[in-house]
Amino acid sequence: MLMISEFHPWLLLDARSLRATMQFLSTFVPPAHSAEFLSVVLQATWQTIAMATAGLTLALLAAIPLTLIMTQCLSISRLGTNRMSMPASLLRHSARWLLLLLRSVPELVWALLLVRIVGLGPTAGVLAIALTYTGMLGKVYAEILESSDAHAADTLLKNGNGRLTALLYGALPQASSELLSYTIYRWECAIRGSVVMGFVGAGGLGQRMDEAMKMLADDQVATILIMLILLVTGCDGISRLLRRHWT
Amino acid sequence: MNTPTPPTLRVSTVLVLAALLTLIITSFVSISLDWQPFFTQAAIHTTGEFLLGFAPPDVSPAFLHQVALATAETLAMSALGTLIAALLGIMLALPASGRLGAVARASTRMLLNALRSIPELVWASILLIAAGLGPFAGTLALAVHTMGVLGRLFADAIENGPTLPEASLRINGVSPLSAFFYASLPQTLPQIMSYTLYRWENNIRAAAILGIVGAGGLGQMLKYHLSLFQMHQAASVIVAMLLLVALVDATSFALRRHMTRL
Amino acid sequence: MAIFNLRDVSVRYQDAPFALRGISLSIASGEQLAVIGPSGAGKTTFLHTLACAHRPDSGSFSLFGSEPWQLSHAQRHALRARLFLAPQTPPLPPRQRVVTAVLAGRLPQWSLWQALRSLVKPADTQAAYDALARFNLQNKLYARVDRLSGGERQRCSMARLLLANAEILLVDEPLSALDPTLSRQTLAVLQQEAGMRQATLVCSLHQVEFARAHFPRIIGLRDGRIEFDLAREKITDDMVTALYQNDQEMPDNPGAHTAPPPLIMNYC
Repeated sequence: MLMISEFHPWLLLDARSLRATMQFLSTFVPPAHSAEFLSVVLQATWQTIAMATAGLTLALLAAIPLTLIMTQCLSISRLGTNRMSMPASLLRHSARWLLLLLRSVPELVWALLLVRIVGLGPTAGVLAIALTYTGMLGKVYAEILESSDAHAADTLLKNGNGRLTALLYGALPQASSELLSYTIYRWECAIRGSVVMGFVGAGGLGQRMDEAMKMLADDQVATILIMLILLVTGCDGISRLLRRHWT
Repeated sequence: MNTPTPPTLRVSTVLVLAALLTLIITSFVSISLDWQPFFTQAAIHTTGEFLLGFAPPDVSPAFLHQVALATAETLAMSALGTLIAALLGIMLALPASGRLGAVARASTRMLLNALRSIPELVWASILLIAAGLGPFAGTLALAVHTMGVLGRLFADAIENGPTLPEASLRINGVSPLSAFFYASLPQTLPQIMSYTLYRWENNIRAAAILGIVGAGGLGQMLKYHLSLFQMHQAASVIVAMLLLVALVDATSFALRRHMTRL
Repeated sequence: MAIFNLRDVSVRYQDAPFALRGISLSIASGEQLAVIGPSGAGKTTFLHTLACAHRPDSGSFSLFGSEPWQLSHAQRHALRARLFLAPQTPPLPPRQRVVTAVLAGRLPQWSLWQALRSLVKPADTQAAYDALARFNLQNKLYARVDRLSGGERQRCSMARLLLANAEILLVDEPLSALDPTLSRQTLAVLQQEAGMRQATLVCSLHQVEFARAHFPRIIGLRDGRIEFDLAREKITDDMVTALYQNDQEMPDNPGAHTAPPPLIMNYC
């Protein structure tokens, strides 16, 4: 394992590498703080947040119908026979495979491919987040609904209600807080994901970082790193507040 | 008879909902998504061509051997990175759980927060300077980020665990360090193990993409072949990634089910 | 005119032994009958079979003159909207408000849009209030379901039944969590309501004396078979004793669900 991963810690202490590192670190202070650069960084930060939020919203819109298809306890054809009808189970399985495919390709790889299709810029990042997170949200939503107490929804179905009403009046009040807190948690993850998107040219903080690294502008890197820490810590806080509000 | 008055909506709920809605709307407005590539005739054509270019994936034995090597590299990076992170995480968890005073606790926690706030990929791109291109930088990046995550989790687990065994050792005159290693650590060991395994699972996924900035593994291969427009090879690498991630998912699901049943 | 017609109906769950065997009976429109029997006799399965929630393995079963299991999914589901099944465990989501939970009885008649709107602003609060008032629960209108006691939840689920526009009421053990006084009141409301809308009422009961005092027709179930199906005057104490002979009080806990493992949510 050490060999495969080319684990050579002594490289770090190599004179050349040490010099490069020292040079890099020494220019870290002071971080770049010209008003112009700061406004660029703030804009990039907002773009990162916006990409994550828009991507997650799209994922939510796509995941909800897929969840409805997947959730077994909302099946009408199952009533009485405990067996789903052929077309229903076929549909359910194809939804399951679609979700598996969507979430198994890492978001960064989606972004890498999408950048080729839609060109550089945040669109690729938003779509990449939307695709991956559709897969994650759909799977976990279905799991939450399946594992929560199905009695209320089941009774509504048995009294002749449609699956949407059974979901709204039976299953959702049961599972809503867990669904909400998982969604908020995913938003937090999407923020981190969208930072990274920039490295393949999808805009946001990552792209500024990549540029600064390539220009060897270490003071700028330092500023961006500080911004990154602030952003992630802030989102952690907001997410914790929201989750406490709803649970 | 008077009907009870309906409860009014909490002001905070209304505010939160309004804020969320504003956030979502301004996000979409400020990004101005570019849907054109998906809907114009010519764009659909080029997109189709681009996607068709991937088929068929390259399955020549020589290339598959390379892919297998890169997969092994990815796995090794994730395992080694997680192991280092777990060991260092335990060491940092000691001050972070308040065993060495409040000042040490606050400063260690701040360090851990900073470590985990910066994503693996960003760490990798920074560490490339010190460690050079290749899997070593990736391993270090995984280790540094994961150390932040695990250190925090371990510290929380230790703080929330029962304190009596450690306290009784301390009363008997044992030093704080020995008391920690003889009482608190063994108690939280199962939790530490399960967090580490869970994190390893995460890191396999992360290691697969670290190469995109040049830090080894499958990602580096993907980036290389994509930039040379060798689509068939890129397709094989993507399929390998997909299989790796799906396999890890399935294994961890099976393991977890097995463990909850025990 | 017969609303239910069962001939030689048997029901089983997957590979378990038969839960109901050779049930033959018919129930006329507007009839009120009680189903009694020891625990595990198949009372719940019987009600679920009547509600088209279990497919009989053999025998013929007709409802409103048609055979539901010969119909398409959609047609059968439309039939379900004409009857109301109230299970023994009140099917009320814990975090819902009582008013919403009660109004859910109206759902089969509502469009999706109405259902959505009523979630934000309850549609017919007066109706919900009146229904709750008949069980003395009117002051709980806006309480959350998880703040109610077991007995209150049970009556809340009966209030939902009052709002359902159904021709057949299938009620499973409506009195299991109530004291004798409340039991009498609740049963009276149920029977009065059924009589008023000329609905058929089938009610499974644990309390034999209530069944004999209030229902004109009584069915005794034991081991999935009908032991007797008679007018109440013809039932003797000996028959009841025989029905419950060797009955071990089986602790049935329909509401027991294991809590799902918490999702791991930490730092992506």
